Amino acid sequence: MTEKQDEDIRIGIFVCHCGTNIGGFVDCEQLAEYATTLPNVAHSEHNLYTCSETGLAAIRNAVKEHNLNRVVVASCTPRTHEPLFRDCVQEVGLNPYLFNFVNIRDQCTWVHMKETDAAFEKAKDLIKMGSAKAAKLEALERIVVDINPIALIIGGGISGMNTAISLSKQGFKTHLVEKEDKLGGRLKSLYKLFPNDQEASAFLEDMTKKVEASKNLTVYTSSKIKSIEGFIGNYNVEIEQNGDIISLNVGAIIVAVGASVFEPTNLFGYDGEKSITQLELENKLKNNEVDANNIVMIQCVGARNEERVYCSSICCMTALKNALIIKEFNPDAHVTILFRDIYTPGIQYEQYFKKARKAGVLFIKYTLEKLPLVDKNEIKVFNEYLGEEILIPYDLLVLSTPLIANNDNSDLAQMLKVPLEENNFFLEAHVKLRPIDFATDGIYICGSAKWPVDITESTTQGLAAASRASRILSHETIEVESSTAYLPEWNKSLCKGCEVCITICPYNAIIKNEDDEIEIIQALCKGCGTCGSTCTKHAIEIKHFNNEQIMAEIIAFGGKIIE
Amino acid sequence: MSFEPRILGFLCNWCSYAGADLAGVSRIQYPPNIRVIRVMCSGRVDPEFIFKALKLGIDGVIITGCHPGDCHYIEGNYEAVKKFELVQKLLSKLNMEKRIRLEWVSASEGNRFAEVITDFTNQIKELGPSPLSGKDLDMELMEKLEALEMAAESYRLRALVGRERKITEQENVYGEKYPKEKFDNLFDAAINNEYIRNRILLSLEKNPKSVKDLATQLNIDSKEILNHILVLKGRNQVAMEDIIENQPIYLNVMER
Ligand code: FES
Repeated sequence: MTEKQDEDIRIGIFVCHCGTNIGGFVDCEQLAEYATTLPNVAHSEHNLYTCSETGLAAIRNAVKEHNLNRVVVASCTPRTHEPLFRDCVQEVGLNPYLFNFVNIRDQCTWVHMKETDAAFEKAKDLIKMGSAKAAKLEALERIVVDINPIALIIGGGISGMNTAISLSKQGFKTHLVEKEDKLGGRLKSLYKLFPNDQEASAFLEDMTKKVEASKNLTVYTSSKIKSIEGFIGNYNVEIEQNGDIISLNVGAIIVAVGASVFEPTNLFGYDGEKSITQLELENKLKNNEVDANNIVMIQCVGARNEERVYCSSICCMTALKNALIIKEFNPDAHVTILFRDIYTPGIQYEQYFKKARKAGVLFIKYTLEKLPLVDKNEIKVFNEYLGEEILIPYDLLVLSTPLIANNDNSDLAQMLKVPLEENNFFLEAHVKLRPIDFATDGIYICGSAKWPVDITESTTQGLAAASRASRILSHETIEVESSTAYLPEWNKSLCKGCEVCITICPYNAIIKNEDDEIEIIQALCKGCGTCGSTCTKHAIEIKHFNNEQIMAEIIAFGGKIIE
Repeated sequence: MSFEPRILGFLCNWCSYAGADLAGVSRIQYPPNIRVIRVMCSGRVDPEFIFKALKLGIDGVIITGCHPGDCHYIEGNYEAVKKFELVQKLLSKLNMEKRIRLEWVSASEGNRFAEVITDFTNQIKELGPSPLSGKDLDMELMEKLEALEMAAESYRLRALVGRERKITEQENVYGEKYPKEKFDNLFDAAINNEYIRNRILLSLEKNPKSVKDLATQLNIDSKEILNHILVLKGRNQVAMEDIIENQPIYLNVMER
């Protein structure tokens, strides 16, 4: 069916030990040896770390020395390391699409640690399948798209403001969209900030001035995102502001929507008066309304439990900060913090904890199994260290509640086509390797939208997102995935004109042209491959995932086809 | 030795493959029977892939994609459902439908990925080895599977599957939707017809036969066979070769 020239296929297979991550469970030397027995394999070797400079140099040398025209690396996962190896083979003159990845770590040795023999057999099969696909790979031309050098930041809290200021300073036209009527996000409701007790309002005012002074920056408050379409460099976004629709075309999008505060309804006598949240306390402190003498704080309210398994990471510091502020106003006040664990990472935060203890703040540990009981004027808590129940009188109870994901996160995630994690926070491409990126090109994440973070971290991430986005925005064009659908010349006669492909393409990338022929617009196609598996006559092919390639993988695993 | 099934998995790149990686990062252990083929979207999985795998004696095939509404390509997983349902319906004719499964696993569900794979592996273990694995092949079963595959490949079924969502989920110009049950009936009938027609074709490929011969061989009423023969004649797939003892003898004239 395909009219390809027969070429002499020469595959090189590189098996990575990944230190002991792979090598500690399966014999990589034997895997490399096994690889030489596979069809078309001209060279194989095993490396301690194939992704290290030594490993990459080994690939480059082998390509030259053995005249390789396909490269297979069996190691971690294409989701993180495919770009690196593609670049590597490109440096020695191979088309990057002649590289193939085999995942024998994340999906093999790490998940079969106790069944090393079976893991070894699986790794062999996976290498066999990967090599069979490699033999069928075709060089692809990269598709180039224009970049519109404009940024959109969704969310005008502290991280979003930092991103916006930074990008506009770099000279990029920037749009900042905020759903509330003022910028600032959670910062608006805070009194003082840790670790230097700066006034939150002064800090926010300073940031707002910077935003206002930024030349290329347009702010849209009371605005909501209505729709997002397009791809890296060319996103069409509609926002709604007071009933009006504003259309923007941008090259990159930064998600900085922050988080919401958990409301402790029905927990620990919460009534907003005698039992309040830390946030409500901040407000009282701001207005100098705290006249209580016996103050008790309960940590981890609605957090680190079955419903919300995570640590909100900011509440310990908030409690310490507010306890110290109270002590400063009123040194005779009794402040008791009921905690499960205290989280004060780094030198500065740990000092805060020490300072609070010195100032006389009491710390009493409780457990999830024996929660403090709140009566009208007293709190009953089982003291772990004494092994007995104690009563603490209180006239103000402060509950430390976690930040939770915004309830409209899923709407936005669907518009952007990016994933959420199980608590509905946004999920980055990789927690260590790409913490500010989404897997989708041209979209970035920062601040508490991803995970509850404090101001310092929000700022750091906001600036990081600006720099990640500027890598794209500073180019006039960019190369994008070439594994798209197409209708090869030699398949055109197969097409019956049923137009089913046109119906199912979610991007309207397939049209009938003036010659009444099916045409697939490459720049619009995102390569999902659904048209290929739907085409009633098998005429459409999916580059890099074509039938022949996938069939080769199936056959490599299954054995010979019996016809 | 206990039976260790051979399982093939198709994972969509954006959710499920990431979920499988997360299972690894979190060191969640699951049975080592699965071999994974990465596709960009679950919608890429052509019914043909599943049939090829089963014909090779692979014991089970699992497809995993993003949860409904989360597909990176908007609706690819909905198309995957339709394709999967077709294969499932076809395979149920041979009681093999439990050998395939479609599941949703998100990028954050490493745990769920491991659970799904463990569960499916156990299911296949319970079912036992594929009747098409091993040395002594059941050639009749193979021929039936082949007929199912040809049915899945047929223009008629592929067109129905491709149009199903448009037909049953979107309104026509008069604001009406085609009722789902009506479509299902039509679909089931089409599946049945294409399966039998392809069994006829496969049988005639070996040697020409009369309607009566076919009826006995396939254990189907001769009237029904005759109807199918007429359709196949209309499609230029069979022709009359001869008349022996007043009985027309048909032959497969398809180019293969
Ligand atoms: S991308 Fe996962 S199902 Fe479509």
